[in-house]
Amino acid sequence: MSTASGVNATAPQSAPANLPRRRFVNILLGTGLLASAASFLYPILRYLVPPKLPDLGGDAVLAARVPEMKPNTAKTFRFGTRPGLLVQTASGEYRAMSATCTHLGCTVQYRPDLREIWCACHNGMYDLNGRNISGPPPRPLEAFEVQVRGDDIFVRRKQEA
Amino acid sequence: MASPANTIRQWLDERFPLDDIKALAQKKKVPVHRYSYWYFLGGMTLFLFGVQVLTGALLLMYYRPGADEAFESVQFIMTQVQFGWLIRSVHSWSANLLVFMAFAHLFSVLFLKSYRKPRELTWVSGVLLLFLMLGFGFSGYLLPWNTLSYFATKVGTEIPAQIPIIGRPVLLFLRGGEDITGSTLTRLYGFHVAILPAVATLLIGVHLALIQWFGMSVPPGVEAEWQARPEGKREIRFFPNFVLRELMAWYVALGLLGALAALFPWSLGVKADPFASAPAGIKPEWYFLSMFQTLKLIPAKLLGMDGEMLGILAFGVIGGAALLLPFLDREKPFNTRRWIPGLACVFLGYMTVMTVYGWVAK
Repeated sequence: MSTASGVNATAPQSAPANLPRRRFVNILLGTGLLASAASFLYPILRYLVPPKLPDLGGDAVLAARVPEMKPNTAKTFRFGTRPGLLVQTASGEYRAMSATCTHLGCTVQYRPDLREIWCACHNGMYDLNGRNISGPPPRPLEAFEVQVRGDDIFVRRKQEA
Repeated sequence: MASPANTIRQWLDERFPLDDIKALAQKKKVPVHRYSYWYFLGGMTLFLFGVQVLTGALLLMYYRPGADEAFESVQFIMTQVQFGWLIRSVHSWSANLLVFMAFAHLFSVLFLKSYRKPRELTWVSGVLLLFLMLGFGFSGYLLPWNTLSYFATKVGTEIPAQIPIIGRPVLLFLRGGEDITGSTLTRLYGFHVAILPAVATLLIGVHLALIQWFGMSVPPGVEAEWQARPEGKREIRFFPNFVLRELMAWYVALGLLGALAALFPWSLGVKADPFASAPAGIKPEWYFLSMFQTLKLIPAKLLGMDGEMLGILAFGVIGGAALLLPFLDREKPFNTRRWIPGLACVFLGYMTVMTVYGWVAK
């Protein structure tokens, strides 16, 4: 490097004193480069994080209408960006829960023959409250609140008390 | 002492001719003379191409081709995705600077006569790369699916349709049908992100390998001086000396790109409506402006021929001549007569004037 040799040529006796100075310059340049590299990488990393889509789960969703449901049947409905499952039990009660299996995310279905909720992917079983009762699922399905207004069945996320 | 790095080095050494590769990398010397600055332009073009590949790949994460989705997805990138506006603006700015750099590189190589023997094919691959870059510009322009890009593509695909016999098939091939529709969009999208990048990667590989193989050309004038006065000859090693200088230029360019993108972000415009009239003052990208303006000025009939046809024919001849330039310049020694630089000057002047004229004309 011409600058280093130039310094050495004019002040050969201060060679050891030059070392810290050179290190100082190196650190200064190095941190500058690192900082600018970080400023280039940061937007890219942030860009790669997908933005949150508006989640409609907080509001009540019209899941079904009373005439289309029969006892011991179920219907999947859109709950925000994910599927939900509305079950009418044999006794006529409505139950609603997330239809996303807690094991590996398949969509579950109601089995009228077993009167249970079943995941076809890995044979996971949930009861009508969404509790995992057999197979691989590690957690219960998230249970939703059901409100019947006239002929409309609304489902909403359970409010934290 | 067998450090991990040495072990890996040895493992590779036993399998690949690393020393040959290293020798090729170290072989190249960069001549130092009064025109040395022009050697930076090719590297700068390569750098901008790298920026295009990176930002293009990032845009692909959110972009959706399709007449119903393209505009909305670009809008989503610019308004919802964090720093999406920056990535898209850098892509647009870098695309324009890339075309500019490629032209500047071409003219610098031309004026320094670097295309002469044995570098003819380096020149040919370079001109083909410039055509490819224009193809990237044209195909990428439609992707946001806004009014400007819609009509620019309409006009742009209409131009080759004027060529007799093959014109119509070319139009159908480019448009994927009679009109500019969603099929045109997916087609140009395919060209832009798959076909052109594949061909460009191959050509850039050839171009760089040839440059590495032949080394840097010394302009005829400087060569003559060095022959007369051998002690005046100066060279630096390509690696690491020149590479470090080039990296510094790239670093500045990256900063400049970021600043341009932040201060002058690329606007998105209005979504294309195939049933709306073309807005007044519609123009192509600046690098097609000189051609656009020429076609506008040519009278409908000229020398008994269709004016439009004549213009397109002239573009073809100029493009062909540019491609085959090294084979047209048979002067030896190379610095005696100057008809090629003279002609290039006239051409460059014409392009500049027409571009400016096209820019200000209503």
